Amino acid sequence: MKSTFPLFPDSASALSHDVDALYAAWVLVSLFFTVLIAGLIIFFMARYRRRHPEEVGQKERAALWLEILWSVIPLGIMLVMFAWGTRVFFQLYRPPADAVEYTAIGKQWMWKVQHPDGQREINTLHMPLGQAIKLKLASEDVIHSFYVPAFRVKQDVVPGRYTSLWFRATKTGVYHLFCAEYCGTEHSRMIGSIIVMEPRDYENWLAGGTGGKSMVASGSDLFNSLACVTCHRASPGITQRGPSLEGVFGSQVKLADGRTVVADDNYVRESILNPTAKVVAGYDPVMPTFQGQITEEQLTQLISYVRSLGPTGAAPAGGSGGTPTAGTPAAGGASNTSSAQMDANSPLNTAGQTTGSAQKPPQK
Amino acid sequence: MDITSSRSIPDVPTRETAFERPNYLNAEYGWKSWLFTLDHKRIAILYLFSVTAFFALGGLFAGLIRLELLTPEGDLFGPDTYNRVFTMHGIMMVFFFLIPAIPAVLGNFLIPLMVGAKDLAMPRLNLASWYVFNIGGIFTLWSIVNGGVDTGWTFYTPFSTTYSNTYVVATALGIFINGFSTIFTALNFIVTIHRMRAPGLSWFRLPLFIWSMYATSLVIMLGTPVIAITILLVAAERLLHLGIFDPRLGGDPVLFEHMFWFYSHPAVYIMILPAMGVISELVAAFSRKTIFGYRVVAFASVAIAVLGFLVWGHHLFVAGQSAYAGTIFSVLSMLVAVPSAVKVFNWTATLYEGSVSWQTPMLYALGFIGLFTIGGLTGVMLATLGIDVHVHDTYFIVAHFHYVMVGGTIMAYLGGLHYWWPKMTGRLYPTFPSKLSALLVFVGFNLTFFPQFILGYMGMPRRYWSYPPEFQVLNVLSTAGATVLGVGYLLPILYFAWSLKFGEKSGDNPWGAVGLEWDTPSPPPTENFYVTPVVTHPPYTYNREEVHNRLTQEANFG
Repeated sequence: MKSTFPLFPDSASALSHDVDALYAAWVLVSLFFTVLIAGLIIFFMARYRRRHPEEVGQKERAALWLEILWSVIPLGIMLVMFAWGTRVFFQLYRPPADAVEYTAIGKQWMWKVQHPDGQREINTLHMPLGQAIKLKLASEDVIHSFYVPAFRVKQDVVPGRYTSLWFRATKTGVYHLFCAEYCGTEHSRMIGSIIVMEPRDYENWLAGGTGGKSMVASGSDLFNSLACVTCHRASPGITQRGPSLEGVFGSQVKLADGRTVVADDNYVRESILNPTAKVVAGYDPVMPTFQGQITEEQLTQLISYVRSLGPTGAAPAGGSGGTPTAGTPAAGGASNTSSAQMDANSPLNTAGQTTGSAQKPPQK
Repeated sequence: MDITSSRSIPDVPTRETAFERPNYLNAEYGWKSWLFTLDHKRIAILYLFSVTAFFALGGLFAGLIRLELLTPEGDLFGPDTYNRVFTMHGIMMVFFFLIPAIPAVLGNFLIPLMVGAKDLAMPRLNLASWYVFNIGGIFTLWSIVNGGVDTGWTFYTPFSTTYSNTYVVATALGIFINGFSTIFTALNFIVTIHRMRAPGLSWFRLPLFIWSMYATSLVIMLGTPVIAITILLVAAERLLHLGIFDPRLGGDPVLFEHMFWFYSHPAVYIMILPAMGVISELVAAFSRKTIFGYRVVAFASVAIAVLGFLVWGHHLFVAGQSAYAGTIFSVLSMLVAVPSAVKVFNWTATLYEGSVSWQTPMLYALGFIGLFTIGGLTGVMLATLGIDVHVHDTYFIVAHFHYVMVGGTIMAYLGGLHYWWPKMTGRLYPTFPSKLSALLVFVGFNLTFFPQFILGYMGMPRRYWSYPPEFQVLNVLSTAGATVLGVGYLLPILYFAWSLKFGEKSGDNPWGAVGLEWDTPSPPPTENFYVTPVVTHPPYTYNREEVHNRLTQEANFG
């Protein structure tokens, strides 16, 4: 893949050069101060070397201005670097509006990746060049960390919540994917590849794959098979046990205890796993927990579905069919035949297929 | 040796009579006189043996790590063994060597001498701390013998509380117990420094070693209880399944990271502040000059201790902490670098117009300044958000904290040991091997850890048992360096042991240094001073008639 003795990592993302520039600046600053200190020490060692055993140093000539000078200069340099570093960080942190959402789930010791159109991979992520990708990350067990050195990005994958990171590849090639947070015996084997392809090659690759239902379609299946639909039916005017989820995602939700929260990924997740934690105003805490009954992958599918019900345009990264990749005929055509291949052992998912007629990917 | 007759001459000592005079080493004999001693100097020697043993053990684990990483494939042992080895390396080095080394050995020995006191304020508590320390160590060793622990020294949840099948609780209990010994020592130091200073020894006449030990003790007193609570919570979740950190039980794993680093980041300052104190002593003594900006250096220690409590979140930049929290922790982390930088500049400025000697302790001290500069600067790099995202949890971090802990704390500890060895034993070690050891440690250290900066920026994650082949060359360099470093560490053990029997007698003050600890015989008598000293000068005042006369006299004499 690379020369046998490289000294610098590949640069393959839109932001990797910004990180490298920041790093290079710091290396220069560090080099300057290290050489300054080492040079002064060596010079003073030689210049003021003790010649006679009874010799003592000169009286100190205290200098307040020096103390101020060498406090203020490092502080100034650091504040500049802080501002620069924070700017780069927020660029790394905030996905652009055109980012497409993929999902990666870490478990001891593998990465399970799902493309927006349903394509799944293990320890590999094929992706198109130039497309911003937002990875939604979840863990089934311990803390992992999704790390792609060539993209200069890393994000811990924390059980019990979603985290995310984004990148836009600028160079085709095969790049390392590492787990960076120690996660047990096979931590160093929890590695894989990010394969950046020309968009055309990527589509060909998708076409040749097993396909699968899109995230939203799978979520919709689950919504029915888990009987969420019984209480969260969209039927205005009728009193029901749970609130309708139409238009909820991304909006402000008023809770029974008077607080208001934003219905984001982590809120929906909590509401499924621990429904009594934040009950919507006007409803009783009657929903049962789904903790232990649904997998991390099913959770992300369900949330994708709930998001697709959200307010107009709330799913820029939801892969609701409007993404450049999912719209390919091959991906769409394969979607109904080979779903749930990887979840064949999941009773919930097979049950979902029997009620498949109810699925209606909410296209706009 | 005729002890009874020598007891009658507590007079002005000379080189020849030094060994016949009663001192803390020949005051009593037999194992009971050591194991039940209340003399701070003897307890320091006991600690010296304990921490050296733990250091050797931690070093052995380090050697195994480097050996395994010689090749990309995991071939020396399996991943489970490797994970246990790096975990035990970290635990041994952090909790049983780096944290106690300088306070418990040099601090115990020197604090009463430097403040002109007969002993620490609470001698029994001091002895108890040594026993508690060893009990904690034995607990942890017991867990190794039984199969070890594989969580890393950081014990991140829910891996440690739910998923690891190793002796997590036994090991953590060892650390919990050890924490009490640290607290005992710190409490003792604080009380001693407040209450037992000699007449005339005001705060601004205290040696900087005392200032830094005082700041360290404050951090220990405030921080250690937090790690104790955290360990108890881990045990509660692991044994009783109380949901605290594991999300499946309703807990939050990031809460653990906050609690862990709320102690463990200040713990970094527990390790480095005493080292800074030692370096201030060495630089002053071997330049025969007052530390440049004494008050600034003293207050810098306090500033580091205070700010050190406000920066723990820089370990969590990519852990799922809010980006705004990350921003605040980033800027606070940079603030704590200012007093550290100021110290480096002040030490360097002290050399200016000094009388700089190139003796072994000074070589270690100057090596410290260079390595700590690199460790500090890379630390500020890591506090820069945009860089940390990439290098977090890679070998860049590993290199950085070894520059601070090994290049900093261990260099200072060895420098201090070489400086005060004649004070502790009354003997001199041979010059050439000791200078050679300083050189080997410096060169070996850089060869071991500098390649790791490059490895880290290239993206090699830490705690990897096997790695992609393109990382091999740098790993081989690192292992080669570790071999040199190992020899550098072995040498002092050999010649220090040798010097006990064969070393030339040192006289009371072989370096011609000023300071209360040098105003009493070497080795000191059990009661430290025959007459309570009265302090009339700030520390490190070499530019005085009497100092000059004494040095001239000694120069002519020997």
